Amino acid sequence: MATFESKHKYAHLQEDIIRYFLILAATISILTTFGILFSILFEAIEFFKLKSIIYFFTGTEWTPGVENSQFGALPIFAGTFMITAIAIAVALPIGLGSAIYMSEYASPNARNILKPLLEVLAGIPTVVYGFFAAITVAPFIVKIFAAIGVEASFNSALASGVVMGIMIIPYISSLSDDVITAVPDSLRKGSLALGMTKAETIKDIVIPSALPGIISATLLGISKALGETMIVVMAAGLRPNLSWNILEDMTTVTVRIVDALTGDQAFNSPATLSAFALGLALFIVTLVLNIVSVRLIQKFKEKYKMSSL
Amino acid sequence: MNKDNIFYDPTLKKRHFKSKLFKYFTIASLVVSLLFLGVFLLDMVIKGSSAIKQTYIQIEVSYNQESIDSYRNAVDKRYLNLLSRAALREIPDQIQANPSLMDTKAVIWMLADDQVDMYAKEYYYKISEKDLETLKELEQNARVKQKFNTIFFTQGDSKTPEYSGILSAFIGTIMTLTVTMVVAFPIGVATAVYLEEFSKQNWWSEFLEININNLAAIPSILFGLLGLAVYINLLGLPRSSALVGGLTLALMTLPIIVVSSRAALRSVPASIRQAGYALGLTKVQVVKDHVLPLAFPGIMTGNIIGLAHAMGETAPLIIVGMIAFIPDSPTSVMEAATVMPAQLFTWAGMPERAYIERTAAGILVLLSVLISLNSLAVYLRKKFEVKW
Repeated sequence: MATFESKHKYAHLQEDIIRYFLILAATISILTTFGILFSILFEAIEFFKLKSIIYFFTGTEWTPGVENSQFGALPIFAGTFMITAIAIAVALPIGLGSAIYMSEYASPNARNILKPLLEVLAGIPTVVYGFFAAITVAPFIVKIFAAIGVEASFNSALASGVVMGIMIIPYISSLSDDVITAVPDSLRKGSLALGMTKAETIKDIVIPSALPGIISATLLGISKALGETMIVVMAAGLRPNLSWNILEDMTTVTVRIVDALTGDQAFNSPATLSAFALGLALFIVTLVLNIVSVRLIQKFKEKYKMSSL
Repeated sequence: MNKDNIFYDPTLKKRHFKSKLFKYFTIASLVVSLLFLGVFLLDMVIKGSSAIKQTYIQIEVSYNQESIDSYRNAVDKRYLNLLSRAALREIPDQIQANPSLMDTKAVIWMLADDQVDMYAKEYYYKISEKDLETLKELEQNARVKQKFNTIFFTQGDSKTPEYSGILSAFIGTIMTLTVTMVVAFPIGVATAVYLEEFSKQNWWSEFLEININNLAAIPSILFGLLGLAVYINLLGLPRSSALVGGLTLALMTLPIIVVSSRAALRSVPASIRQAGYALGLTKVQVVKDHVLPLAFPGIMTGNIIGLAHAMGETAPLIIVGMIAFIPDSPTSVMEAATVMPAQLFTWAGMPERAYIERTAAGILVLLSVLISLNSLAVYLRKKFEVKW
């Protein structure tokens, strides 16, 4: 037994080493999150030491390059909001409609083909969408509006918003399709048995039941749109513009981050550091959206585990 | 239904009509999204297909001392503006590399200027009246032809559009992704193994889990900010290098690998583990010799999908400076490099029309690589999928 025991001891040592290695690896994911948070936070604090935080959130002048530069990010936030709103206005009806068709009308075989096909849209690199928006969609929009006598910018918010909407269709449709499919069949059958038409069943029974999941999917889409960079860098403008006209050029948080960090400015100049202040705002908003989204999905899951008991 | 029936609903026809309408709406939205995909792909093929060919002009080149002094003396002055400056500039080097060429003349097919290429492809072009006349004369004598565009696949970036290619960006992509996978694969799989096999259900494992989910939802550009602040400013790693780009992408790919590896580990039934324990194996032995090999195809599938995702990523790499002008392929991960999406981004911003066709062609190359990677993932899943 002697040899067996020594081997056994060795095995336990090995066991411990491997266990600690695994724990270490798992900790790296935590380090990354905090790494992102702190690296952005510290630089953002540096920025707010130089420039007023109140003016950052309420000011309307963004003039980084000049002497006595001013950093009022309101027009940037407004542009981000407008482009995201356009994207959601495109993606939500189309994504939800596609999800309803796939889960309620299509045969399982058709669904197995359609769903991955839609997800191809999510797999296309964003730089490719950006090229599409800048070279094909933007000139097309200018031409269309010129035909009815309205002038549109080649960097219009509409072009980048629409293309961004196409990009987030699968994010909304895939998750919505999952939750709609998860709604118990008994609800549908009960409704149909009471003489409701199929569309009434879907609109009044299925969708309200799946609503937390659908809202969750939409929030995820919004978070994707807010953080999307390449489409807006290539197709939207650089000029901070506080306007309701979606045919004008607008800029977004991500565009200004890229612009601030690809210039030749010194790293500790306010112009460069402003990127981190914008990054911090983006980080907080997308984090909150994601947490709410995850909570809603959890609630949805809990609800239907209960009802299936 | 009879009108006397007590269940008769006068609005029934309308309701059925509305129901049909609703169905058509859902079909329409699906068709629209697939149409988007179709239009988009078609647009890229139309814009990119012309880059398959490149225009060449047949010309007499004299190799002599004068040509070495200035490449402008190597050809007839009349044709100078029609030829690619980058190709002309190589003539002195060619003579030096091959001295037997000295004081000879040869008739060769030489790469044409990008504007000539645009003219030959019937796009918008800008050529002066005089040059255009010369060009038309050349055309009548069949001294202008289009050949397969090998330059696009064998050259790096160039300031002259006709001489630019995707190769250095492709090499840069391979290097960057190698760094990414070398870092992300072991850490990702180890994290998944820890969470799935070793950790007890407590606040720590829950915290880890929430954290990984959040990491997956952080906008990619913020990873670029991390890379800039930590790798470049704090650790002093070289800016624009494949190393920094790869490490940045590794953190981004990590959650994808963790989530898919966990799913793969979870699909291995508990009976396998119990059989191992019953035979006296330790936990590590069970995981290492039985669970991991069985979950491996699933883990690989997740890794390939993560790899494809990282390959298409641009924003964080721009932030860490990987949009530099890279004419020659990098030879080490510490050198400045660029990746395919970043190269496409640079070309898309160029004013010359010839770069647009190259961008679209590059997009087609990138998309084909991505589609092959994803097909490989699907194939692996189908081939090795075990139904327990």
